[in-house]
Amino acid sequence: MKSMGKMLLKNQEFSEIVIGNTALVRAMIESKTRVITSYPGSPMPETAEAIKSIKKEKRPFYFEFSTNEKVATEIAFGAAINGHLSTVFFKSVGLNVAADSFVQLPLMKIKGGMIVVVGDDPGANSSQNEQDNRHYAHLSYMPVFEPSDPQEVYEYYKIAAEQSQKREMPILLRLSTHVCHAKQKVHFKAFKKVNFDNSPKFSVRSDNYIPITSKVFPMKKRALKRLEIFKDYANQTNLNQLVDNGNKNRGVITAGLPYLSLRDVLEDVENPPDILKLGIVYPIPEKPIKKFLQAHKEIKILEELDDILEKEIKVIAFDNNINIKIIGKQEVEDWVNEYTPYKVKKVMQKTWPKIIKLEPEVKKIMKVENRPAQLCPGCGHRSAFYVIKQVLSENDITVADIGCHTLGFLPPYEMGEVLLSMGHSTSTGTGLSLFNKERKVVSFLGDSTMFHAGLPGIVNAVYNDHNITLVIMENGTTAMTGHQNHPASGSNFNKKIKPVKIREILKGMGVTSIYEADTYAQSKLETIIKKAINEDGFSVVIASHPCMLKFTREARKNNTFKDNKVIIDQDICEQIHECVEEFGCPSFSIKENGEVDVNEDLCIGDGSCIQTCPVNAINIKRTEGGIK
Amino acid sequence: MQKKDRLNIYIIGVGGQGIGLLSEVLIRAADYAGLNLRGVDTHGLAQRGGTVQSHLRLGEGIHSPLIQKNKADLVISLERTEALRGINNYLKQEGTIIYYNTSWQTLDVRLRNTKEVQAKDIIKAAQKKEAELIEVYKDDLKEIRMQNIVVLGEIAKRKIVPQIRRRDYLKALDDLMEGEKLENNVSLFKTILD
Repeated sequence: MKSMGKMLLKNQEFSEIVIGNTALVRAMIESKTRVITSYPGSPMPETAEAIKSIKKEKRPFYFEFSTNEKVATEIAFGAAINGHLSTVFFKSVGLNVAADSFVQLPLMKIKGGMIVVVGDDPGANSSQNEQDNRHYAHLSYMPVFEPSDPQEVYEYYKIAAEQSQKREMPILLRLSTHVCHAKQKVHFKAFKKVNFDNSPKFSVRSDNYIPITSKVFPMKKRALKRLEIFKDYANQTNLNQLVDNGNKNRGVITAGLPYLSLRDVLEDVENPPDILKLGIVYPIPEKPIKKFLQAHKEIKILEELDDILEKEIKVIAFDNNINIKIIGKQEVEDWVNEYTPYKVKKVMQKTWPKIIKLEPEVKKIMKVENRPAQLCPGCGHRSAFYVIKQVLSENDITVADIGCHTLGFLPPYEMGEVLLSMGHSTSTGTGLSLFNKERKVVSFLGDSTMFHAGLPGIVNAVYNDHNITLVIMENGTTAMTGHQNHPASGSNFNKKIKPVKIREILKGMGVTSIYEADTYAQSKLETIIKKAINEDGFSVVIASHPCMLKFTREARKNNTFKDNKVIIDQDICEQIHECVEEFGCPSFSIKENGEVDVNEDLCIGDGSCIQTCPVNAINIKRTEGGIK
Repeated sequence: MQKKDRLNIYIIGVGGQGIGLLSEVLIRAADYAGLNLRGVDTHGLAQRGGTVQSHLRLGEGIHSPLIQKNKADLVISLERTEALRGINNYLKQEGTIIYYNTSWQTLDVRLRNTKEVQAKDIIKAAQKKEAELIEVYKDDLKEIRMQNIVVLGEIAKRKIVPQIRRRDYLKALDDLMEGEKLENNVSLFKTILD
């Protein structure tokens, strides 16, 4: 696959090895999705990478990264009630941000059809929790499709889009991390371009779109009726699959990735249970489940995260007088972590110890320390944390936010001691400052996160006159999720724009005490941090340095990369270890005799460490050019 | 294909070492060799200097893209400490471990809370799992970001995945790169192989 963009627009049928997120984009194109929106967040950003691989003028749809998930959802909704099939995609906790508008969607007549794709994250691979977003579907009466692999992602999206358009109701496509990122050869159908009807179809004559007071009830009733009618579809669709192993006693009901794990686990099992795999998990397909319950004596509900299917299936058994043993969650452990084959084996062994056998635990041969993610060599956040840590006293309180700078909580910095969610830091810090005269409060906030959810907390600190310092960790990009642009980057997804200036926004919101420094300029940063934290009232420090990972990647691409390295003059070095232990750049390694070495595989020659050496033993070795 | 012909390959390294490319070349080469396959990489947070892993499963009758613990026939590591982690968590008894003998010190090592993993530790660990151990290192390698291709070359040379032929690897490389980058990688791959 030389060009992903060309592949995604191919007219003929073809097969290609892709991840789920890429398969999703082809499905969007084949379904003639017209408007797609998102905010970056793992496990979903590769979907936007795939979109980016198609030249802008060739894209048969409009795509943007909006400033947050709620904004993205509203744009997709607006487009959909104007008649365009639309899709919004975001990560698990993104749905919390979108929720205020998301829960209203099923009340509306969605003319063009609308798919919400959410990437749940069982295993909390890159999220602050493991929330199960099926709850939101119950809350808002929205159907949920749940594919288990990339082929199904492609197929389910297309069916969901068709159903959504036909019924003029929104549908949730629930993916999970290892469905988004799984790779396999997916078979894609042919696709023909069409001419789109761009005329705006929105009309208040055909329907009411204002849900207030008494108008809410008919809208709610319609949402419930539509869901009731959708049950017929959920009951008969072949998205629900039966694996008939001829077992009259035992059966398992499952869905999504845990289904694949179960198939692997059952491979060596004699007389394996039958399996009912649900493709639609809400509204629950009652008919096939009832039949499955009646055909067996014992049923296991194998369900990742929460016990949603379990409760519903127990109700089905109760209402239909089916006297059967139903085994759901058995202990807290069953609610936690991803249902990998290894985990499913353990869960199933607990359920049916006589038929599912565990191999004896293999003892760890040698202890290996974890290798947590860390700030990259040259990262501007490191220079900021190094300085701020020196200025603050040990008792002061630092508040983290979400982004690369969250990693400051790790040693040696331990900057950022509490974390809730995107953009929380100013307001959590504000709460920590109340009645607090003796411990200074410093909150950190990334630039992309500031635009996403940070602004209300800032304007509140101005409005209610709070006494904290906010440090905006500006690196010019949404770094953690793969360098997506944000309003201050100078480009959006589609074109160059005049960058929105953070200082101007702060000024506009009424912040009077604003400081700015490049984080590599450590003595300047030190001076302004001291000033800011000792002021009464709300102060903001913009601590900026461009993301160096992005910078070096771009330099390599543009042939401007200089392969510089720092070197340590061993004659001068007194092994104080400030560079390794306090500044903590991963490019430094340490020998058993205490000598400090530079790992040239890692050093990018940025030189931000030079000023931290108390005896000036670090120098820079310049090289002209470099290797691409 | 029989179950015995299946192959579980677990690839591990540190974010920034090119695990993604190595796994993508292997998966495409396996496809050119006509093998059924499934795989998955870890993305997201782990990219920032943390442990990165990729699962690759070849052969008929596989379902999950994820390998069960202690069930990898082959562990490939681009770094020494990660090699030990791979052996610990995923290598099956009597499997094969191939690793590039370089060290990216962990935070704990740099803060001197723990000792750095040494090549002899890997030998010991491999012995305990009665595994075949292949240590790879190329001292005249100019570009560290091509260590993955050195390991790929060794895998091809030793026919560690017997079904994948030399031409399959080359086709896979050609799929994923172009221009100077492709030339450099192919030329290095061939140097190791021949």
